[in-house]
Amino acid sequence: MMLFPRLPRTHALAALGALLLAAPVVGAQDPTPPGVTIGLNYRPGTKPGVLVLPVTGAAGDSVRAILMRDFDYSNRLAVIGDWRRPDEAPVPVGAAANYPLYARLNASAVVQVSVTPSGLTVSMHDVAKQAVARTRAFPLGAAPNSPEWRLALHAVSDELESWITGQQGIAATQIAFSRGGRIYTIHSDGAAMRAVTDGRGIAMMPAWHPSGRQIAYSVMGDAGTQVLIRDLASGAVRRISSPTGANVTPAFSPDGQTIFFGYAEERGMDIYAVPLGSGARRQVTVGRGTDNLSPAFSPDGRRIAFTSARSGKPQVWATDVDGGDPELLTTFNFGDQGERTNPDWSPDGRRIAFQSLVRGQYQVTTLTVRDRNVRQHTDVGVNEDPSWAPDGRHLAFSSTRGGSQQIWILDTETGVMRQLTTGGGKTRMAAWSPRLGDPAAP
Amino acid sequence: MIRVARAVPVLALTLVAMSACRRQQPETEPAPVEPAPVTVDSAAIRDSIARAEAERRAAEEAAARAERERRLAEARATFAAPVYFDYDSSELLPDARAALDAKVPLMTANAGLRIRVSGHADSRGSDEYNIALGQRRAAAVKRYMESQGIAADRVEITSYGEERPAVEGENEAAWAQNRRAEFEILAGELTNIGG
Repeated sequence: MMLFPRLPRTHALAALGALLLAAPVVGAQDPTPPGVTIGLNYRPGTKPGVLVLPVTGAAGDSVRAILMRDFDYSNRLAVIGDWRRPDEAPVPVGAAANYPLYARLNASAVVQVSVTPSGLTVSMHDVAKQAVARTRAFPLGAAPNSPEWRLALHAVSDELESWITGQQGIAATQIAFSRGGRIYTIHSDGAAMRAVTDGRGIAMMPAWHPSGRQIAYSVMGDAGTQVLIRDLASGAVRRISSPTGANVTPAFSPDGQTIFFGYAEERGMDIYAVPLGSGARRQVTVGRGTDNLSPAFSPDGRRIAFTSARSGKPQVWATDVDGGDPELLTTFNFGDQGERTNPDWSPDGRRIAFQSLVRGQYQVTTLTVRDRNVRQHTDVGVNEDPSWAPDGRHLAFSSTRGGSQQIWILDTETGVMRQLTTGGGKTRMAAWSPRLGDPAAP
Repeated sequence: MIRVARAVPVLALTLVAMSACRRQQPETEPAPVEPAPVTVDSAAIRDSIARAEAERRAAEEAAARAERERRLAEARATFAAPVYFDYDSSELLPDARAALDAKVPLMTANAGLRIRVSGHADSRGSDEYNIALGQRRAAAVKRYMESQGIAADRVEITSYGEERPAVEGENEAAWAQNRRAEFEILAGELTNIGG
């Protein structure tokens, strides 16, 4: 309760559903009759019910709680039961499959897990067909409850989610952020927080390499702010930018071959591209003395969205990666005092998230690329630096809504939010990793 | 100062004693051809006068030195004083130009000085953008100093964005204090107060 002061509404509903047995889980307008969604492609607005049977053996309760929580945090599934009370299962341990009971509990899918010496074996029951739809072994490798084990288990959740909804989950991801001048990473479920940098200078603005194995960030020292790349496994650090000036907001190209960032010495800030192999630095934007920063790649790697103050107040623009065809994306009227900054292009390419100044406070806002529909997603506190999850649906962002500045997760479809980090002072500049680790290949 | 205060009454007493001796001479006596100063103009008095003179000079020098120190401290304060900016602007306001005009002669008079100008922003605006804004503010200061004849390689610039506020707080008073450029000496010393 302390860790998650704002319970997603789905918990209460799922618990209620479990109590009332046949009550619909996501509200009266849910047209889905129980037990017909498995194997169908995911449709927005419908949430198949999933029941995770009790898991016996070492770390069985942890396995069950983690799977249930991952399904819950996906916001795509209605989890039956409460992952905070893994000992309270609505069906007895080791009971034979009871499809009428599963159907009464509103489960479309039932997950049955056995712990094996090398990991897990998972069977997925299709309640409508009253049969096992799929069984697969997942090696977990590392010691139970270690960060590596947890990440491997999250990858199992993501795979199971794709069995049910057709969409791979985002549990096996991490969020990087800045706190107290250091970069940290944390698993998507709020566990396994780890400091990545050593605390020299003020490290901020983390960005993931598409491999998930490196993080670029800026470090502010007395002589200026530099862009560094750190290898997460070895800790090796490489400086990419010039030793002086302001070098900020790094972003890797989707092919992982180039890094873009804002660089200013004495004539305003422009975005530059630096190849990670060999090759010279190249100027991308032509700001003519204005500030241009915060590049965010389109998933095809051909364009970037970025912040530019070339029209006065900072706004979100887009341009080809060679600097051609610059275009103002956010609405701008002459005399407009609004500011729209820090764009992030969704992995499906359809939307751009950014922060928009509304009555003196930044709010997380999205824009559809094709028809420029703008939607404001937050209105409590200061909400900044949105970063898309690999599913193009969830956003990590910093928010003061709980008092101090912390990282929160928003499901842009349902509006459900949860707090990811707690304590430790000003926590900001979230960057959502790509999917990490092979989703447990057999 | 204590030494001066003590020396003055001693000197005064000596002079009073001398004139008193002279006045006591009876008028009826013929004036001596030669005064008889031997009784009063002793080596001790000469030493005392010389000492007093030296002490007066030392006091003057001390006062001058104190004045120099005061003016030097004033010059250093003038030099270190931040310049302030409007919201989301790197334009030098009249007050900022005046402050820089007071710094430029000090840079000229102390040729060995190398400085760092750091630009800062208030807490509004995005954290990232504010680093660019701070850099622009520091660059505007540097450009102005260059236009006033200061060599570019004597002025290094950097930006701290909104990361090092001078004043904490979310109000106009705090914001105004935080939208600034600061001045730091990297090499050399400000010893010459110039013109």
